[in-house]
Amino acid sequence: MVALGQFLEVLLSGLLAGVLYSLVALGFVLIFKASGVFNFAQGAMVLLAGLALVRSLDLMVAKGLPFWAAVIIGLLFAAAIMAAMAFLVERFVLGPLANQDGLTLFMATIGVTFMIEGGAQMLFGSNVYPLRLYPDDAWFMFENIFEGGILLNKLDVWGGVIAGVLVAGLALFFQWTKTGRALRAVADDHTAAQSVGISLNWIWFVVWLVAGLVALVAATVWGTKLGVQFSITFLALKALPVLIIGGFTSVPGAIVGGLIAGAGEKLAEAYLGPIIGGGIEYWFAYVLALIVLLARPQGLFGERIIERI
Amino acid sequence: MQPAAAAPNQSPASASAGANFLTVNNIEVVYSRVILVLKGVSLTIPKGGIIALLGANGAGKTTTLKAISNLLHGERGEVTKGSITMDGVEVHRLTPNELVTRGCIQVMEGRRCFGHLTIEENLMTGAFTRREGKAEIARDLERVYAYFPRLKQRRGSMAGYTSGGEQQMCAIGRALMSRPRMILLDEPSMGLAPQIVEEIFGIVKDLNEKEGVSVLLAEQNTHMALRFAQYGYILENGRVVMDGEAQELRENEDVKEFYLGISEGRRKSFRDGKHYRRRKRWLA
Repeated sequence: MVALGQFLEVLLSGLLAGVLYSLVALGFVLIFKASGVFNFAQGAMVLLAGLALVRSLDLMVAKGLPFWAAVIIGLLFAAAIMAAMAFLVERFVLGPLANQDGLTLFMATIGVTFMIEGGAQMLFGSNVYPLRLYPDDAWFMFENIFEGGILLNKLDVWGGVIAGVLVAGLALFFQWTKTGRALRAVADDHTAAQSVGISLNWIWFVVWLVAGLVALVAATVWGTKLGVQFSITFLALKALPVLIIGGFTSVPGAIVGGLIAGAGEKLAEAYLGPIIGGGIEYWFAYVLALIVLLARPQGLFGERIIERI
Repeated sequence: MQPAAAAPNQSPASASAGANFLTVNNIEVVYSRVILVLKGVSLTIPKGGIIALLGANGAGKTTTLKAISNLLHGERGEVTKGSITMDGVEVHRLTPNELVTRGCIQVMEGRRCFGHLTIEENLMTGAFTRREGKAEIARDLERVYAYFPRLKQRRGSMAGYTSGGEQQMCAIGRALMSRPRMILLDEPSMGLAPQIVEEIFGIVKDLNEKEGVSVLLAEQNTHMALRFAQYGYILENGRVVMDGEAQELRENEDVKEFYLGISEGRRKSFRDGKHYRRRKRWLA
């Protein structure tokens, strides 16, 4: 029973950590699907959203606003910042570069990454700013079943719940709204979408805005976990194996990929670590990604190509 | 049967300049700034007419259509000379979605349905530019289903899994959802069985007569196109080499020889045909 309890504890904490990777990967998938752009700037967008939120929050709390009001206004302010960023990126980077090669666009997003990183730190400062949005204490579950119970971090559980709500919301948006349908149409064939009167500029703005809002949600969780700081941009690198495992074009893939990467690295650390030496956690997700690349290059949930025979 | 005379009041020859929906005036199109594809194409589309744009592969039919619907930019093409006016407005000042809003929509070559969307979702994307309420759009959806009963049966299927004919119907239906005044129809017969082609052309003709939609039809299937159109333009190497009433074109010796595969007198062998062609280039 103790062994099983330990296994479950490692697995659950791994899955919950994975959800947080998924949150970042999700932003990548949205932009990649709609515009074929691999958006290197997703990590920087998390930083920008986090900084906008935490700095406005601190300011308002210092001015004596009640915490809940400050949180709401802070979230709205950060969302407005993300909208402004989406507008500027569409207007000055992606719009003029429309129909260029995928690699050109990728290079452009690397440029955007530096602009956002620099701009965000210039506007909001470059220290580590602690964010306290979610409870961060330990939580023991199933104490009557397992000796000592299963230890989880409440923050991780919150992260899981929020990611679930976010994904459900996105699924509804894509499936049932006019803009969501247009987004899927653009993902399928952007010239045809243009020919029926869907404005690509508008769709790109919307998709960068949605990715920005996803980054904001990711920032609330990661900011609470690590503090809002520059190193958050490196989350983009954590999202890479997640994307390769799940497939670049699949929203469910981003979620499942994150869960697999998170659970895989925690389990490997706990069970393989003692055998081959510790520190596996940091690279194990890439091993999983490599295996997926060899077996199923489009990722587990990568786009099935529909072809008429 | 006299399709050309079916609607005498719509005949382009008798139409005054004011009744033209669209005027293309001597346009030149260059791709990637170096490849000259259209070398002066002019045509007019009267309100409520069906106009055929004929020619072989690479003659410039698709490019002409894309120049009109302003989709050239996506392929690094641009109109370098001449002008295209729709209802008195210069087309190049409008974005593709503004053009759709003003009633000019293109059904692209090769159907280009959204494969991962259902047939019904595909149709609904056509209503993207519409600002009316849901009820109005639902009514239009039923109208499209009335024209294409087959689509209603397959409304829940992914468009990628439907047959070529169904996809072509889906593409035309999707265009109809924007309430167009003019449809630019690019090779609707491509890769389809003659029976299906017949069905689709019949529906297009119907749409034209009942809804008053003007059609610019780019086709390689000259025979079919001239049966349904009132007026035709023949493109060769980026130039209009001939134009006239459909009836007139069908009876023209050169059109018969090159595009309809009918020749006077004894049946020529393929080699003779080629020889004849080499010797006598049209208007060259």
